[in-house]
Amino acid sequence: MTYRVSIFIELQEGVLDIQGKAVERSLAGMGHDALRSVKVGKYIQVWVETGSAEDARKEAERMCDDLLVNSVIEQFRIEVEGE
Amino acid sequence: MEYTQAGLRETEYEEIRRVLGREPNECELRIMGVMWSEHCSYKSTKNLLKLFPNNGDRVVLGPGENAGIIDLGDGLGAAFKAESHNHPSAVAPYQGAATGVGGIIRDILALGARPVASMDGLFFGEPSSPRTQSLASGIVHGVGGYGNAVGVPTVGGKTAYDPSYNENPLLNAFCIGLIPLDEIVSSRTARPGQAVVLLGSKTGRDGIAGAAFASVELSEDNKASRPSIQIGDPFGEKLLIEACLEMNEKKLIVSMQDMGAAGIISSSSEVAAKSGVGMILHFDKIPLRAENMEPWEIALSESQERMLLIVDRSYLHEVMEVAEKWELDCAEFGETVEGDEYTILFHGERAASLPATLIGDRCPLIPWPSRRPADLEKKWEFDVDDIPLPEDWNETLLSLLADPSLASKKRIYEQYDSMVQLNTVIGPGHPVSMLRIKGRDSLIAMTLDADPWKCSLDPFRGGAETVARPVRDLAVAGARAAGLTDCLNFPSPEVPEQYWVLEECVKGMAEACGAFDCPVVSGNVSLYNESPDGAILPTPVVGTVGIIPSIDAALSAGTWEEGDVLFLVGPCNPSLAGSRYLLSQGKLAGRPLPFYPEAEKDFVERALKTASAKAAHSGRALSGGGLAAALAKESMESGIGASISLSIPTRKDILLFGEGCARALYAVPMSRVPLFKVLWNGYPCIQLGRVGGERLSVEGAFSLTVSELLSKWRNG
Amino acid sequence: MNTAVIVFPGSNCDQDVMHAVAGSLGTKVRAVWHKETTLPEDTDFVILPGGFSFGDYLRCGAMAARSPIMKAVAEHGRRGGLLLGICNGFQILTESRLLPGALLPNRTLNFVCRPCFLRVESVSTPFTSLFSKGQVVQFPIAHGDGLYTLPEEELKALEDRGGVVFRYSDSDGLTGDNANPNGSANNIAGIVNERGNILGLMPHPERASEALTGGEDGRVFWQSILESFTKGGR
Repeated sequence: MTYRVSIFIELQEGVLDIQGKAVERSLAGMGHDALRSVKVGKYIQVWVETGSAEDARKEAERMCDDLLVNSVIEQFRIEVEGE
Repeated sequence: MEYTQAGLRETEYEEIRRVLGREPNECELRIMGVMWSEHCSYKSTKNLLKLFPNNGDRVVLGPGENAGIIDLGDGLGAAFKAESHNHPSAVAPYQGAATGVGGIIRDILALGARPVASMDGLFFGEPSSPRTQSLASGIVHGVGGYGNAVGVPTVGGKTAYDPSYNENPLLNAFCIGLIPLDEIVSSRTARPGQAVVLLGSKTGRDGIAGAAFASVELSEDNKASRPSIQIGDPFGEKLLIEACLEMNEKKLIVSMQDMGAAGIISSSSEVAAKSGVGMILHFDKIPLRAENMEPWEIALSESQERMLLIVDRSYLHEVMEVAEKWELDCAEFGETVEGDEYTILFHGERAASLPATLIGDRCPLIPWPSRRPADLEKKWEFDVDDIPLPEDWNETLLSLLADPSLASKKRIYEQYDSMVQLNTVIGPGHPVSMLRIKGRDSLIAMTLDADPWKCSLDPFRGGAETVARPVRDLAVAGARAAGLTDCLNFPSPEVPEQYWVLEECVKGMAEACGAFDCPVVSGNVSLYNESPDGAILPTPVVGTVGIIPSIDAALSAGTWEEGDVLFLVGPCNPSLAGSRYLLSQGKLAGRPLPFYPEAEKDFVERALKTASAKAAHSGRALSGGGLAAALAKESMESGIGASISLSIPTRKDILLFGEGCARALYAVPMSRVPLFKVLWNGYPCIQLGRVGGERLSVEGAFSLTVSELLSKWRNG
Repeated sequence: MNTAVIVFPGSNCDQDVMHAVAGSLGTKVRAVWHKETTLPEDTDFVILPGGFSFGDYLRCGAMAARSPIMKAVAEHGRRGGLLLGICNGFQILTESRLLPGALLPNRTLNFVCRPCFLRVESVSTPFTSLFSKGQVVQFPIAHGDGLYTLPEEELKALEDRGGVVFRYSDSDGLTGDNANPNGSANNIAGIVNERGNILGLMPHPERASEALTGGEDGRVFWQSILESFTKGGR
């Protein structure tokens, strides 16, 4: 079965998020007074053909290890559609 | 479908029917509508462009090809061209600019040349407006984002501001490449029985009818224009460059054409028409990335990073191998045949069948009426006695240096990789950019310039000045101008007064080109640059290329030295009309000085001799901001001040801030003064003062330290 | 000394590097396509050049680091062979874990290209043996993602073992915010591995290898490498 897996990647705590800071400044400058902070990350979707949602999750985790995530500076979480 | 819906005029529709001998079908109508749009057919300006001189000793390829080529000597040619991407940049600044840069690179590549440098002409609106800042930021990022990734250095350009560009920013992208003369790829060499191949990205719905979009004024609601924007992939382009150059090196291709405006139809019909062959194309063989595309959509798609190849059948396999190595899609989708018939087949059906020569070439020209604007004399009414002398000379100079059109562009050009390919001898931030040619002594010199303000005051004189400025810059640097490419950015030709202005600009440019023996080898026209809020200033932009025999014969700017004697060569009665000085005070008035061909030619010869005889340490032709700006820039670049006294009766502000005519500032070492005087004997030449100290001082005018100047010029 | 320059799709400084090395040293330089699985047999020195490999997509150098040739390149490095990563090449080395840390977007979020002064911090590497400690050199920079980052303790360990080879400075050799073009931790411009055979730096020595086009400090860099190789027989 084909599963759509969503991978949310963000910088680890303690890693300087310059893009987040820049966006925060721009929004604040536009009058968004309720804003406290911004974090900019990545959203990747992969469609995989596996036997179960759990297998789909495992496949995605392998892809994250192999290429999609740089574990020196990034962390991630996964959502499988249909899980 | 009504022919008007396809964007065709009645005369055009009638002509198509007459040539075909029947009613065109919908696919054919749509194709002709785009191919006969202003952007693709040049129907409003073809006759005007004939006024430009196109021939010269060094011209190898002239207008009408992918780019012009000049002979650099010893079997090497330089291919160059400039193209505008104005309307897309107004709607989607980053992508409009990026795809503009990508498009002109492919034009150079289509000749088999390796693109070696870019320059960009950027014209933005009122500098303090948020909209201008947003457009400018997007455009600058787009130019850098694409150019840097694709590995072509951006070595120069021009950035200027005027409220007339508020809703219509201009992006003129220039590219130059090198090609051995015996390896030039032609679009005339296709023969019947060859394969028509598409190399590069998959075809989608990007920018469909974008060419027609460029021929229409931007409406109030430009959100509706959004689907017409093309998206650029510089990575894909880099692969395309390497693949095409490798194929050409291995002599695998007969002909190459870039897929730009109106993509497949434009490139393939052009090769067919120029080579005198017909084509049968199977559109169902084209790799697509959108679903259910109709033949006309496939024909007109402006998906980027695609090239058309004509390949001899025996080399097809090797071509596919090179494409595979670079991971590019490569599909054979047609064949060349005898005759003139251009046929599109789609899943067994004949979607279109038109004569190849009709598509690209035989659009009826439009003889727009031309009328001299009634308010021209009024613009020239300008009494210099009404202009008060500056109260505070220092403040006045600093104000001028902080004018965004004159101020330092460092913050912009440091975002561009100006050094990749290891050929940049002099890069951005200087009047002339210089590239060395590996394995040779000679250098390529080039510069991009425009003066829309003078063009708006007197189009003929402004047009001549537009051509003259780069020629003077090159001459002072030691290069004789060998050819130029032009981008004519104008509003709608349908307004008779605006058409007259376009005509006069072209005439003025042609006059100067003739005088300098500097042919126009390629170019581009962008009309309809206006919106309900107003029209742009007439903005011809010129990219001029010359050759310097060796680094020894090159003269730099901004390199004066302690103790040098400063000379001003050229007439001492310049004009404040259309000057940056008056403009920075909000005044656009007066009549610019005429073009004096003999004096200009005289200047060029003497300037070239000054450079080759090493008679000066530094030289700078005067342009925007006149003598004052030149003095300031020289002292800021060199880091040393100067003491100047002006003992001429001309009013100080006119002498310091006036513009026009062939004039230059030279810093001459004491030992070379006698030689310098001999070289300029017979041409107006006055001694201004000496280089030295921390202050730039002009007696009776301003006195500022170099750091004060820098601070204002760099930071505003 | 035989040099191999790895070419990835999107590399754009490979030809520059080849020109600079051949021009400075007169030694043999070869281009190696990323899809190869072995390096030419007699390869002594491997260079990962600058550019935008794979368009800088996903993360700079991420996909290049997983190219087929990188197994052989890593093996070469592990055996003690000379390995250099310039700009995108430095990013590829960190993605490959051949060097510690990561390169983030510049603090200004803008690409920056200009001449750049560096202070030579270590002359006990084969890449800097002909410089003197504290010497100020000029190698141009051209990057959008040059902010070097490393967790606190690892950064201290790197400094303590003398792993920092080049630091951004002004023309007098002084470091500080104004002289740091991208916000790199500790003004780090280039580092070397523990063994000293793998160097990664953001500035471009190949762009300072000819007086006519950018300065000649880069020549000393290439000459150091050749001299160290010839002496060390590696």
